[in-house]
Amino acid sequence: MIPAPAFLSNPERFMAFSRWAAPMFGAIAVVLGLAGLWLGWTAPVDYQQGATVRILFIHIPTAWMSEFVYVCLAGASLLSLVWRQLLADAAAQAAAPLGAGFTLLTLATGSLWGRPEWGTWWVWDARLTSELVLFLIYLAYIALRASMDDETKAARAAAILALVGAVNLPIIHYSVTWWNTLHQGASVFRAGGSALAPVFYWPAILMALAYTSAFGSLWLVRIRGEVWRRRAEAAALRVAKG
Amino acid sequence: MSRLGALLARETALAWGRGGGPMVSVGFYAGVATLLPLAIGPEPARLAAIAPGAAWVALALASLLSLDRLFERDYEDGALDHLALSPVPLELTCAAKCFGQWLATGAPLALAAPIAAIGLGAPLALAPLIFACALIGGLAFAFTGGIGAALTLGARRGGLLTAMIVLPLFVPPVIFGGGALASFLAGLPWTSGFALLAAYAAAFVALGPLFMAAACRNALS
Repeated sequence: MIPAPAFLSNPERFMAFSRWAAPMFGAIAVVLGLAGLWLGWTAPVDYQQGATVRILFIHIPTAWMSEFVYVCLAGASLLSLVWRQLLADAAAQAAAPLGAGFTLLTLATGSLWGRPEWGTWWVWDARLTSELVLFLIYLAYIALRASMDDETKAARAAAILALVGAVNLPIIHYSVTWWNTLHQGASVFRAGGSALAPVFYWPAILMALAYTSAFGSLWLVRIRGEVWRRRAEAAALRVAKG
Repeated sequence: MSRLGALLARETALAWGRGGGPMVSVGFYAGVATLLPLAIGPEPARLAAIAPGAAWVALALASLLSLDRLFERDYEDGALDHLALSPVPLELTCAAKCFGQWLATGAPLALAAPIAAIGLGAPLALAPLIFACALIGGLAFAFTGGIGAALTLGARRGGLLTAMIVLPLFVPPVIFGGGALASFLAGLPWTSGFALLAAYAAAFVALGPLFMAAACRNALS
């Protein structure tokens, strides 16, 4: 019993599906991104933060993506570990550098925003710290995968690590919150509705959707690349064996 | 049960005896505790402010040291294959390994921790708490560390990689233990940090062996 539709689990069908899905997600990302940037740029300046409030529209979506990609990574790892799906493993492998990139962007944009607003590039605050730890976990995943010559073993060890991280991330998040908090709490997705004014809320939502769509497109492209690489390797092996 | 007892005795003896045993970790711990005042400056007030935290984080680093030999040696000489074939579940074997590691390095480090903290300028009254934190925290460090050690079996540069995998997992115990020590010094209730540290240790004593056994099976396959 494999809990995935055929167009995601069967490599042939996946290649056919991703062939049109990847550019489609890319186009959606461009359209939504342009709309979000336009709305964000024409939004009134904040009465306290001035124009720097616009960093919100690129900072919140990267932060959302950094966590969303980890969920994708852990989900794909579970599929590859339990049901031995080769495509799921390629998906996990393809997601990790993207997640690390989004996490790094979150840290960078947050740091640039923190300088004018909090007067410092970095504070040892709960959310910043858990984002940094998330980045370290992505790096550990990539490093573990890269350090083993046997690809099958590397894939399974990395999948186990991804699940260990999935168990740990909520604990880490909770522990650093217990430890120290300066960053404001959740603003967009929270019980009782968004704390953002609609004029800031909509551009942020559009940008979050644009980033998600862009990730979907890049992810599919990277999985396709991984499938091609494995096919090329298999073909080279066949030729070598005669 | 006697099988498990024999396994535990073997692991503890190996952890105690191989490559200097607890002396390496305790020596490293003493070295870090010596370097700290040299880097920060000898003023007692300044040192006393960071003493418990410094003693605590040095402990986490010292417990990393012997991790790379936890599974590696048995993996290289084939003993791990035999252990995997034995009627004792591999999960229990992994737990015994980590428990032996804790007895051989965690417990001696816990004895050294109050000495280091007081040497750095922490008050004497802190000694029982830092001993208890080090003892419980050592259990968490051994069982989370074992996951990293098992995952890097067969990897190039396994030791460094183990540290890279394990250090993010050390975040919660370092925070909880450090928080308990800081609250105690500030005269605040310290039990919540200590209880959370114990809860984290308990969770990973339970969960860690599952991950370790999966990683070992993968390395042996």
